[in-house]
Amino acid sequence: MKIKSLDPRVSRLELDVVDKQPDAVLHVQDHWATYQVFHQRKRGEKHSSVGIVHAPSAEMALVFAKEQYGRRGETVNMWIVNTRDVLAMDYDDYDVFATTPDKMYRDPAGYKVNDKIAEFKKSNLHV
Amino acid sequence: MFNKQTLDAVRSLLLFQADDHLIIGHRNSEWTGLGPILEEDIAFSSIAQDKIGHALGLYTILNENLGEAEPDTLAFMRNESDFTSCQLVELPIGEYDFSLVRHLFFDIAALIRFEDLATSSFDPVAKLARKVKGEIKYHVFHANTFIKQLGHGSEESKARLQSAINQNFGLALGMFESFEGEKLLIDQGIYKGEAAIREAWLGELQAVLLEADLKMPDAGKVEPVYGGRKGFHTEYLQPLLDEMTEVFRVDPAAEW
Repeated sequence: MKIKSLDPRVSRLELDVVDKQPDAVLHVQDHWATYQVFHQRKRGEKHSSVGIVHAPSAEMALVFAKEQYGRRGETVNMWIVNTRDVLAMDYDDYDVFATTPDKMYRDPAGYKVNDKIAEFKKSNLHV
Repeated sequence: MFNKQTLDAVRSLLLFQADDHLIIGHRNSEWTGLGPILEEDIAFSSIAQDKIGHALGLYTILNENLGEAEPDTLAFMRNESDFTSCQLVELPIGEYDFSLVRHLFFDIAALIRFEDLATSSFDPVAKLARKVKGEIKYHVFHANTFIKQLGHGSEESKARLQSAINQNFGLALGMFESFEGEKLLIDQGIYKGEAAIREAWLGELQAVLLEADLKMPDAGKVEPVYGGRKGFHTEYLQPLLDEMTEVFRVDPAAEW
């Protein structure tokens, strides 16, 4: 008996109906690496991480990334990086950042300079 | 600026290219939802959509500048024997090896044709050719990358590609069948002609196959499959047209 599908393309394949699918065997080529995709919208702007693609090589990853992440809006460039080449911190080490939010003196918003700017502008009015 | 015979020849040239793009675009869209992996499903479907877009661009020029019917009428209302597409594009999608090899054969030729048209003295065509340049460049990049990847893949992938190349080479050569008025266009410097396009295609293809570690068939020993440009088709075109026009025929005046 052949598979009859609502999709004519599937019916055309005239596939036999099988009761039990043979056990799927995965080969090395079925386990593809992931590649990180970085997208640049305009020349001069930074490349931003937008996601991953599965691919057997960096070049194939670029072929896929063009359609996954460059199919809408503006794009001028893309970078592809094998996820294996990304050195990531361990989440257990997040404590090295634990006190950072307290260090307001590192944050430009932590300085009150508007008064000084206003004073400077005033003093330069007649120059 | 062109006389009637020349315009007729330009019409033939644009019509067979539009038909080629429409039919291969429809065929390749049959992979949508069935592609080998998700990323490729999306990429191949986008390429198929682009082909329909290029067909529309050419039909629009035929309509607006050469007095032919509306693009929808040209695409959906003609008989099988009015189509001048080559036989390569109408064959069923088969397995992915065949579809990829056909994609490679077709797109290398499409790139050469559009590069030639970009410098045409017929302005609307030159404008269209320049507009779609980047899209076709990606199509060829996609095809080349796949062929190289699989050419260096497993024994099976290499063997499948090689046999798809060998078995369909005559159909590929059929893309370069001469058409009515071709000589007139060559003489007037409007078009470089099918023989010249074929030569350029053989050179480009050979370079890709060499890089993919695949063998280039001997073009001198393969009989080209002609007929498409004169409206002779295989048993596969009519069912394709029936399916493609099914929705249109329900209500040809419907607004989309």
